[in-house]
Amino acid sequence: MQKQVPIDADLFTWPAAEPKLKANECNDCGNVIFPINTACPKCGGTSLKDIELKTKGTLWTWTSQNYWTKGLNDYKDPKDFKEYFIGYVELPGQVRVESRLLVNDASELKIGMDMEMVIVPFRVEPDGTETMIYAFKPV
Amino acid sequence: MEGVAVIGIAQHPFGRFGDKTALDMGLESIREALQDAGIEWKDVQYAAGGTRDGGRADQLCGKLGPNGVPFNNLYNGCATGGSSLGAACMAIKSGIADIALAVGFDKHPRGMFLTTVQDYGLKQWYQDVGFLATVQFFAMKAQRYMHDYDITEDSLIRVAEKNYHNGTLNPKAWRRDGLNYEAIKNSTMLSNPLRQYMLCSPGEGAAAVVLCKASIAKRYTSKPIYIKGIALRTRAFGSLEVFTPAKPLEDAPTPVVLASQAAYEMAGIGPDEIEVAQLQDTESAHEIMHMAETGLCKDGEQTKMIQDGETKITGRLPINTDGGLIANGEPIGASALRQVYEVCLQMRGEAGLHQMPKQPKTALTQVYGAPGISNVVILSR
Repeated sequence: MQKQVPIDADLFTWPAAEPKLKANECNDCGNVIFPINTACPKCGGTSLKDIELKTKGTLWTWTSQNYWTKGLNDYKDPKDFKEYFIGYVELPGQVRVESRLLVNDASELKIGMDMEMVIVPFRVEPDGTETMIYAFKPV
Repeated sequence: MEGVAVIGIAQHPFGRFGDKTALDMGLESIREALQDAGIEWKDVQYAAGGTRDGGRADQLCGKLGPNGVPFNNLYNGCATGGSSLGAACMAIKSGIADIALAVGFDKHPRGMFLTTVQDYGLKQWYQDVGFLATVQFFAMKAQRYMHDYDITEDSLIRVAEKNYHNGTLNPKAWRRDGLNYEAIKNSTMLSNPLRQYMLCSPGEGAAAVVLCKASIAKRYTSKPIYIKGIALRTRAFGSLEVFTPAKPLEDAPTPVVLASQAAYEMAGIGPDEIEVAQLQDTESAHEIMHMAETGLCKDGEQTKMIQDGETKITGRLPINTDGGLIANGEPIGASALRQVYEVCLQMRGEAGLHQMPKQPKTALTQVYGAPGISNVVILSR
């Protein structure tokens, strides 16, 4: 099996049987913060604890990236560009997370639909290592 | 507190101008604005200017006759021009200057505004997965708003069509070919629900405004325009803004709402008194949302207003009478000053083909930009 590494070590638990997004909860105001941070954007507090986010939620909004442009540097060769979808998924009682959405067509997306988090391969590095990202897919 | 009057205005056309530098466009705007006010550079006691890609604003002093004038170089994203105007206003209100000048100019490369994750306190993964594109934010905010208030693609197309039409009437606009409904409807989908011809493009241009103490304005012009309210606001916890990996569950008023409220309060003028508005139409959905965020209508009222033509030049509440960003493009440093230039023309009755049938008494201008900053100006004659 290929070696698989997260795109950023602070984003989600990995490897794990049931991977979760890493977040903080403010000890002063209870605000949920993603990704992990050093201060609470709600109250300015710096006493934070580590928590994990729920893996199931609902689609709050979405869009598509239909075109390649300089600055979207995940595709080195514009010819390899493939349209992708992104959105915010609302995790009940926690926060709305911006994420890639795993669908092939806009018609598959509807605000309010049930979504769940998965960890998927994103790109293969020159040494064969697979770089993994979090994404949400329709349940 | 001392009032502030606009006594000189100028705008360099917006568009693409080959090898001409942004500094030269800014210089022309300053000279024209000074001429419009009937004063000379040496009379200016405070200046503020800004640009993203055009050079250093105070470099302009070199060709005007350097005289040690306090000149603040300002950059505040899409609110840069508004911030320069705000600084010039404050210089007059504080009493350090009787006459002040604000200038903005820019010359952007083609394509999306490039930025870095470091600029926004983000890590590299955010760009690598393909989130560092501002259009995605505008599209996602629009998608949710259209869902909440039953706004359809028809309204997005009509707003763009109106602004392209207004551009045909404005000799200084970039896009003057009047793209029609079908062309906009059939243009390429870029970030759903936004199509290519619903969006503005980075461009080139400049604008300048000369201000003075309201009490001495009549010395310089028979048609002074007064800046009654001006406010700059950043974001509050909870609003959906550009480049945010997560949005809190709780909602909050946007920077546009906060800046509008502050400007209305300062002006002692309510939204129902505004007779013309220039709103940040980064794309047509944001003209629609900004109509409500500036208090000019309630959420959801836009569809009928647009269908009834209320926001056309001939309508009850004309919006983006010069074609807005959609027809003019966005040279960031100059954009907010272009809006002020346009409403001053309207209030002076000098807007030519795009003049409103009835010369307006009051006006509002509004810009919004990353990472969540807005400037609103309320003017009257």
